[in-house]
Amino acid sequence: MRFIRDSGMPAENKRGVPVKKYVLKRFLQMIPILLGISLLIFFLFAMMPGDYFSSNRKLTPERLNELRALYGLNKPVIERYFIWLKNAFHGDFGFSLQHMLPVTTLINRYIWNSFIISFVALFFTWALALVIGVYSATKQYSFFDKLVTLGVFASLSVPSFFIGLMMIKFFGVDLHILPIGGMLDTGSNSVGFAYLLEVLRHMIMPVAILTILSVGSLTRYFRTGMLDVLRMDFIRTARAKGLKERTVIFRHALRNALLPAITLLAFELPGLFSGAIITEQIFGWPGIGKIQLDALNARDYPVLMTLTMFLSFLTIFGNFLADVMYAAADPRIRIAKKE
Amino acid sequence: MSTIKQKPAAERKKSKSIWTESFRRLLKNKTAVFSACFLILMFLFSFVGPLLSPYGADAMDVTLMKYPPSLFHWLGTDDYGRDVLTRLMTAGQISLTVGLASMVLSLVLGALLGAIAGYYGGIVDSMIMRIADILLSIPSLPLLIIIAALLSEFKVPTDYRIYIVMMMISFVGWPRLARLIRGQILSLREQMYIKAADVLGLSSRRKIFHHLLPNTYPLLIVVATLQTAAGILNESTLSFLGLGVVAPTATWGNMITIANNLIDFQKRPWLWIPPGMAIFLTVVAINVLGDAIRDVLDPKMKGR
Repeated sequence: MRFIRDSGMPAENKRGVPVKKYVLKRFLQMIPILLGISLLIFFLFAMMPGDYFSSNRKLTPERLNELRALYGLNKPVIERYFIWLKNAFHGDFGFSLQHMLPVTTLINRYIWNSFIISFVALFFTWALALVIGVYSATKQYSFFDKLVTLGVFASLSVPSFFIGLMMIKFFGVDLHILPIGGMLDTGSNSVGFAYLLEVLRHMIMPVAILTILSVGSLTRYFRTGMLDVLRMDFIRTARAKGLKERTVIFRHALRNALLPAITLLAFELPGLFSGAIITEQIFGWPGIGKIQLDALNARDYPVLMTLTMFLSFLTIFGNFLADVMYAAADPRIRIAKKE
Repeated sequence: MSTIKQKPAAERKKSKSIWTESFRRLLKNKTAVFSACFLILMFLFSFVGPLLSPYGADAMDVTLMKYPPSLFHWLGTDDYGRDVLTRLMTAGQISLTVGLASMVLSLVLGALLGAIAGYYGGIVDSMIMRIADILLSIPSLPLLIIIAALLSEFKVPTDYRIYIVMMMISFVGWPRLARLIRGQILSLREQMYIKAADVLGLSSRRKIFHHLLPNTYPLLIVVATLQTAAGILNESTLSFLGLGVVAPTATWGNMITIANNLIDFQKRPWLWIPPGMAIFLTVVAINVLGDAIRDVLDPKMKGR
């Protein structure tokens, strides 16, 4: 239930408005928060004492001042914020001095690498969570159910970097069956099908880890949802009618248990593009998470700032989408208005 | 009138029995007792263990560098010849302290701000909750990384890093708590006993601290356990990235950084697997215990 309550807005705002008006209202509420976030992040970065140039020791002080003036780093913070805001509206998020590319080009280049592992991991997470969650709910208190509960806790508690290292150690170093990092073999120039196979082989471990990390909470969600529905009167009625257990579970219970889950899909949206900082770092996967850490080390602040804002915007947009889907899917929200 | 007069007394009596009753039921839950015992053991291991160890945590022994586990050094030695087991204990002190302290800090901050927002409503509420919304919208790991980088730039002395890490983790932890507490306070505020408190002319402070917040304690206890687990995980992640507590102070997280060295990673797993397992098992135990406490305090959620 945590997911639904997590929607960025107080719960009472969700009640009692028709969908169209609700969407508009909810959309307008996003604007001040977006501005607030951009202010906070901008000032956090403005407080940083160093910048890309000051970490280069070869520069003379005169040249340093010249360069900083050229990139507008010597203006007052407030002025820089509004310049940044104006440029951002024109789709210009600055220039990465580390990569010598506009930030948007840079992000566009790496984001799809992040997207591909996140998407595959998302698919496996949902498939596994659905099957395991529903099955363990129908066998509550069985040995399998207890095992699942234990697995859920393990998934919720394992540090991402530790499980990543353990898997590399086991599958990559000891057994030698999977590559230990990167997206391609070193010096590889394979094309076509061989290229695809190579990327797939490198994807296995990062995807497995992302799946392990997120499958726990989702399994728990499906299990709880299913248990809730199975206790309801209409399930008892369906059973009393003499329907087959299979029909009761899949036709009657599962459909109702799945409805709230569609909003969860909206929450997953930002995660698809945000990249996984730790996992990508450990596996050397060239995605958003990795360039984020690289940017941090190189003090490439335009990249870091744009990425942070981008992630926050995605989160807010995901919340918005979830609220809208929730309002559209659950007629009780609309009916509540007429009372 | 008589019903109103009797109510507080009756409630006090009942609430007392709820706590003892809950505790009794918690003791019946075998996994909860097991987790609690494990956590107590972990504390003893970290805080009492170093006293029993024949080695000092920072005592170097150049004749015994990078030695595999043996009878004398159960978990081997690291590249300075320090006993890994003893270091694991002192690292546990820091990791557990950071987890608990950041929990307390974010709990105090979250409960206070949440209660104020829920009680006063209006502009105060909007201000606090918009700040919470903003902080919740920035994914916590990138936010932690930025703050950590900012503090590294200011060259904070390494001794103070541990306090700063605590504050950082609470800074990203309080908004979720504030939102939870605010929700509770909003519904509690409408109840009859608060109307009675209004009529009696009690001060706002007394209403918040004596009548509203105590009713959120069951929720707070559950959240506290989860927050501790999150605190330990956050600290270890930050320290692993070199942005949290840094050497020479050892924590479970920064002990694993040695795995970044390919040779140590491949050939000397005793250096980084034990701290990883310590984090994992401690966090599992806290989460299991938290879940059991929730079952006990909120029977509706049992078995979920």
